Amino acid sequence: MSNFRYLPNTDQDRKAMLETIGAASIDEIYKDVPESARVQGDLEIPEALSEYELTKYMGGLAAKNTTASQKPFFLGAGIYDHHIPSIVNHVIMRQEFLTAYVPYQPEVSQGELQALFEWQSMVAELTGMDLANSGLYDGYNAVAEAANLAIGHVKKSSKVLVSKGLHPQAQETVATYAFGRDYEAESVELDGDVTDLEDLKAKLSDDVAAVIVQYPNFFGSVEDLAAVKELLEDTKTLLIVSSNPLALGKLEKPSEFGADIVVGDVQPFGIPMSFGGPHCGYLAVTSKLMRKIPSRIVGQTVDEDGKRGFVMTLSTREQHIRREKATSNYSSNQALYALASSIAMTAYGKQGIKDLAQANINNTHYLAKALQDQGFEVLNKKPFFNEFVVKLGKDIREVNKALHEKGFVGGFDASEAFGEDNVYLLCATEKRTKAEMDEFVAALVEVAK
Amino acid sequence: MILQDYDKLIFEISQDGHTGYDMPKSEVEEYDLTAEVGQYARKEDARLPEVSELQILRHYTALSNRNFGIESGPYPLGSCTMKYNPKINEDVAALDGFANIHPSQDPDTVQGALEVMYELQESLREIAKMDACTLQPAAGAHGELAAILAFKAYFEEIGEAEQRKVILIPDSAHGTNPATAVVAGFDTLEIPSTPEGIIDVEAVRAVVGPDTAGIMITQPSTAGLFERDAKEIVDIIHEAGGLCYMDGANMNAIMGVTAPGLLGFDAMHYNLHKTMSGPHGGGGPGSGAICVNDKLAKYLPGPNVVKNGDKFEFEMPSDSFGRVKGHFGNFGVNVRALTYIRAYGPKGIKQVAEDAVLNANYIRARVKDHFDAPFDNYNMNDFVLSLTRQKKENNVNAKDVGKRLLDYGIHAPTTYFPLIVEECLMVEPTETESKSDLDFVADIFIKIAEEIETDPELVRTAPHNTPVKRLDEAGAARKPLLTYWAALEAGKAE
Repeated sequence: MSNFRYLPNTDQDRKAMLETIGAASIDEIYKDVPESARVQGDLEIPEALSEYELTKYMGGLAAKNTTASQKPFFLGAGIYDHHIPSIVNHVIMRQEFLTAYVPYQPEVSQGELQALFEWQSMVAELTGMDLANSGLYDGYNAVAEAANLAIGHVKKSSKVLVSKGLHPQAQETVATYAFGRDYEAESVELDGDVTDLEDLKAKLSDDVAAVIVQYPNFFGSVEDLAAVKELLEDTKTLLIVSSNPLALGKLEKPSEFGADIVVGDVQPFGIPMSFGGPHCGYLAVTSKLMRKIPSRIVGQTVDEDGKRGFVMTLSTREQHIRREKATSNYSSNQALYALASSIAMTAYGKQGIKDLAQANINNTHYLAKALQDQGFEVLNKKPFFNEFVVKLGKDIREVNKALHEKGFVGGFDASEAFGEDNVYLLCATEKRTKAEMDEFVAALVEVAK
Repeated sequence: MILQDYDKLIFEISQDGHTGYDMPKSEVEEYDLTAEVGQYARKEDARLPEVSELQILRHYTALSNRNFGIESGPYPLGSCTMKYNPKINEDVAALDGFANIHPSQDPDTVQGALEVMYELQESLREIAKMDACTLQPAAGAHGELAAILAFKAYFEEIGEAEQRKVILIPDSAHGTNPATAVVAGFDTLEIPSTPEGIIDVEAVRAVVGPDTAGIMITQPSTAGLFERDAKEIVDIIHEAGGLCYMDGANMNAIMGVTAPGLLGFDAMHYNLHKTMSGPHGGGGPGSGAICVNDKLAKYLPGPNVVKNGDKFEFEMPSDSFGRVKGHFGNFGVNVRALTYIRAYGPKGIKQVAEDAVLNANYIRARVKDHFDAPFDNYNMNDFVLSLTRQKKENNVNAKDVGKRLLDYGIHAPTTYFPLIVEECLMVEPTETESKSDLDFVADIFIKIAEEIETDPELVRTAPHNTPVKRLDEAGAARKPLLTYWAALEAGKAE
């Protein structure tokens, strides 16, 4: 038998262990596997690589990609190129956090549990909600879980209304969950760059469990949450708001406008873009929905000696799950990245989060103005945060190819989402310098006018 | 393990004006959005903690010292496959070319990322002996949901969705299985196990009919057994017009030996954070890739990667039911999974399974005379023990034994699961434990069995050496304190 670097057993060990077990061979242990279902010969996967060969192979694949550290990056659309404080990675690489399982044994998991409790506290504070769970797969999935929660909570409901200002992939994820639970996810049209309140009003009815809007929305614009909530007065319909948590450093908390559930993704805080995942969704609610919340939640308690400690609580999962009455099948959060974003939020602190949000606002508005000065039309009629949409004269795929050749990663093709040709969604985070933005504008004038 | 006494919340060490971050210099004019948005300007600052860099590191280092990882000691948590997480996986996932790329970039500029996805899809397909793969689900339970939604899409297309509403679920199934079926809009029907701990074939035969949508089988089972009648059960379901799902949480026991495709299943999921070395991250991120046969391939979520000549492209399956999350799944976890599979190759992957099974049988053989070990058969990657006798005779239960193991620097096994075994401990050592560590674990189990006889109180009140003692879980649920702010208001934080 060959040696493999992660396997400690020697042939001698294996022989001794088989003797203790009383089996003649490993095949005897697999005796219940029917002959007809045995893998014949070797699996057809590539041969084993030594650590050095593996580094070269994977490094070679990584080297084929254009990265945000190689070229000035103007792509956002829900996932952002922010600077990650150096300490974040150093902490999450500690094996005690990195390799642990779900904190089933609280006596030896206090570190993880406390970190999640602190994260819940930060999310609740940013959103203004009473409480938050300890994380979901991502922001898109969090919207879908919120929709399921609403359908389960609002009696005799059979529908959610989804603004077209919500991230298109979040809209699609809600549609999938609606397909699963057999309810309807109906779209609410746009009025320019924001949700059409007249259309929303026309579509409201007794069977609507929730209205879902994004704040700031997919096009960067600040939605009029107060006006949406006003339409829901005297109804049982819940207001679900999806928010970039960085924007909440400067924008008013959704709780102030009557949000029942606030969701989003903490990727902007210390989590690499990683081609779309892993990131970490959050879900925060008012206390009346506390016992309906999916996934895990951590609570403070005391041990036998009265010492403060933390446990998973209000637990509805796995062994404890009310199997046939489940409203969610969640079994993991994204604990490591909840931790990462906690560290980042702690590094920013009370002042830093405002400064970071403001730096994004400054750069994005500088870029928008510079484009307007060159005759481009900015399509946002409402105020916007760190993204905006601009009308181009050419096909966006072609524009982005030309920009790539000139040394930039361009924006997102929002034509379909906006419902108009050649609509370009741009983002300028705190990482963009004035020179990069000026050069980008000049390049865009050349390739897209 | 060093277990310090530090117990401050980050908010409690916060001091006005401290910060652990500074901004790049602003080169552009300040823009006053606040004035523009009126009532949408934030009035009260978010009270994030104010802490300097070294203080932050001391805080989290202290927290980490109150946490148990795989490198802290043996972690025989059944069904969770707590194997060693190779360090190189982390180095690779953190490479600029993987960490700093955006999913909406032009695919031509991220061909290396698409190649990673393609290679992983292909390897997973081959290990499962199935026809198609998607990497989109973020976790095992999420993969279950994606697969059962593919069942639903299939029945809709053949016009049997109204009729086929029932998913059969063995009583030894993972708790997420029935929850998944319900979230996908199906009813569930529980199938009992035989006294030998495997699914009762006759019970399946008795309930199948025109309303059967399918069955979800964990193979090997949560009782640590190979479901030897799986093929027959699959045939029964197929004859009735239903579909068969294999929960692959325990794939670690069978890779290279047998495969869901060879057993006739239509769909299966991997827990790549378990089987392909994760890591678990304290409860995520995971990755719940699923593989299906030709019958279901066109309904999968996506987009997934196809190869056209030398070029890799995204493609949405023709009749996809949609997406289950953003983008392409937990790419960073999938990078680690590919790195792991390439480190082992075909012979290594099979050796992983064989050693995982060997190690579990070895511990069981060493401890079985000291505890009740139900099911007189070889086990797969985990095995179960029952404390029913000790509970009756010594008033010591499964939870107590788990807690006592913590005192010896061993993480507790899974307790009270599967539900079909009373006072159950489920033990899974994995293949990366050496024989000497397995002997250490077995010796401690035996020692605790003796303590139960000689000093049951010691076990009953365990743990004694951990940073906190048993916690008041009932109190936590009765009067929930879920944030620092709530605790502060209740006078239970500073």
